[in-house]
Amino acid sequence: MTLSIAGAAFKKPSALPGFAPTLGFTLFYLSLIVLLPLGALVAKASGLGLGGLWAVAVEPRVLAALKTSFGAALAAASIDVVFGAIVAWTLTRYRFPGRRLVDALVDLPFALPTAVAGISLAALYAPNGWLGAPLAALGVKIAFTRWGILVALTFVGLPFVVRTVQPLIEELDRELEEASATLGRIALPPLVPGLLAGLALAFARGVGEYGSVIFIAGNVAYVSEIAPLVIVVKLEEYDYVGATGVAAIMLGVSFLMLLAINLLHAWSRRGLGHV
Amino acid sequence: MSDAGVPTVLLSPRDVASESAGARAALIAVALGFLTLFLVLPLAIVFSEAFSRGVAAYLTALLDSDARAAIALTLTVAAIVVPLNATFGVAAAWAIAKFDFVGKNLLITLIDLPLSVSPVVAGLVFVLAFGAQGVLWPWAAAHGLHVIFALPGIAMATVFVTFPFVARELIPLMQQLGSAEEEAALTLGATGWKAFVTVTLPNVKWALLYGVLLCNARAMGEFGAVSVVSGHIRGLTNTIPLQVEILYNEYDIVAAFTLASLLALLALVTLAFKTYLEWRFVGAARRRGAG
Repeated sequence: MTLSIAGAAFKKPSALPGFAPTLGFTLFYLSLIVLLPLGALVAKASGLGLGGLWAVAVEPRVLAALKTSFGAALAAASIDVVFGAIVAWTLTRYRFPGRRLVDALVDLPFALPTAVAGISLAALYAPNGWLGAPLAALGVKIAFTRWGILVALTFVGLPFVVRTVQPLIEELDRELEEASATLGRIALPPLVPGLLAGLALAFARGVGEYGSVIFIAGNVAYVSEIAPLVIVVKLEEYDYVGATGVAAIMLGVSFLMLLAINLLHAWSRRGLGHV
Repeated sequence: MSDAGVPTVLLSPRDVASESAGARAALIAVALGFLTLFLVLPLAIVFSEAFSRGVAAYLTALLDSDARAAIALTLTVAAIVVPLNATFGVAAAWAIAKFDFVGKNLLITLIDLPLSVSPVVAGLVFVLAFGAQGVLWPWAAAHGLHVIFALPGIAMATVFVTFPFVARELIPLMQQLGSAEEEAALTLGATGWKAFVTVTLPNVKWALLYGVLLCNARAMGEFGAVSVVSGHIRGLTNTIPLQVEILYNEYDIVAAFTLASLLALLALVTLAFKTYLEWRFVGAARRRGAG
């Protein structure tokens, strides 16, 4: 970002005051609220050792839940990439009545509390619900099955894809000022890193999601139980070691996803520069 | 990652399209159909269910004593959490946007970290620290401090979950604005604090307000983390989302959606404010572009 000279000081000189107190407070607050509690979890988990963590991970119920969480999050993120790209393209490039309203609504899953999303999706897709009833007539059951998890995670992940891709389409638009860009041919390749970043963000959010899922999922062990719910169940059974183990595995995945997302963002910015 | 929010605020869509009219209509239809299915219907059913037995039933559910206790607790938690995270956001944005130092990108990543942690894991870390087997349990017990299954635990978990919201709005904007104006104010003899209050704050007040509003909406609506630390004690440690869960599980659907409608309304106000800001910023950017 900035030119750094070898052996340069920790901070570049500046005329502005307030560096030490603001950075000091930032680091203190960050340590107190985020790093120490997470560190305590990691310390407790490392007490289990790698063997202990592995033993927790391969417990049949935990393994099934991890597979469900990761599988559903990946499937939902993929759906979000397809429809999120179409939504972003439509909102950025076309003008139609109500466009601004629709654009504002895209952030709804960010703003709507997960428990509210959970009960409304469950009510919608329940066998007597607005969507559940016609689907039930066709013999399709969504609520209280694994499909419910997919619906909830698709809802939660959508804005991540749209908001990641939207500025890239706008930028692309400017760079291809005169060229005829259509979604399929010219525009898609430069958007790939952005779409992958959106996928990773939606996936990362989906893996850890709890509130919107548990109301619609049915929560049957080995079938429709997500990993965060297993942590809650273990806590209720006072199995602190098991809960810590599952949490440590999920935290490890979060770190990897964060790393991947940062790399993808860097790639997508560089990628656009070469268009 | 942290600058993803700004461009959407500042960009204005233009009507440039080379697809055929048919393709365009098809894409718009797919987009609107998907959004209706996944966004409009879930929002509509909240209010439809809440008022399904009429206004009287809605008001009865709202004025129930457990509901009022949940609303009071939620407001209390937000009143603790939002000022803390707003103060942090301003301090972090000043340090990060106004100065160059080693490890800045790592710091930004760490500030965003709580967003990638599952809310349940966020709740768990506080149970592990302050629960009956936790490392800080002896200390808390010696001081008669009830953290888990009490207000402090709920507030801590909520602070964690809403940690980056104000900082994320301020950092990219303040980085973009630079520090020339503040330096000018200092040259004219202003103190650092005066430069912050008279120059920086007016420049970032809308982003700050939006960050505060977003932090507030998340604080009032947090479910997973709070659910783990709260213990679900009716009338005592139930926030609005936890009360919604209990009512829903008891098949008191009208009451559950009545309380849920409060949070949905808060979400709509937050989105409306964001849209207003975008309209304002896009308008300002256009005027600057024209001038």
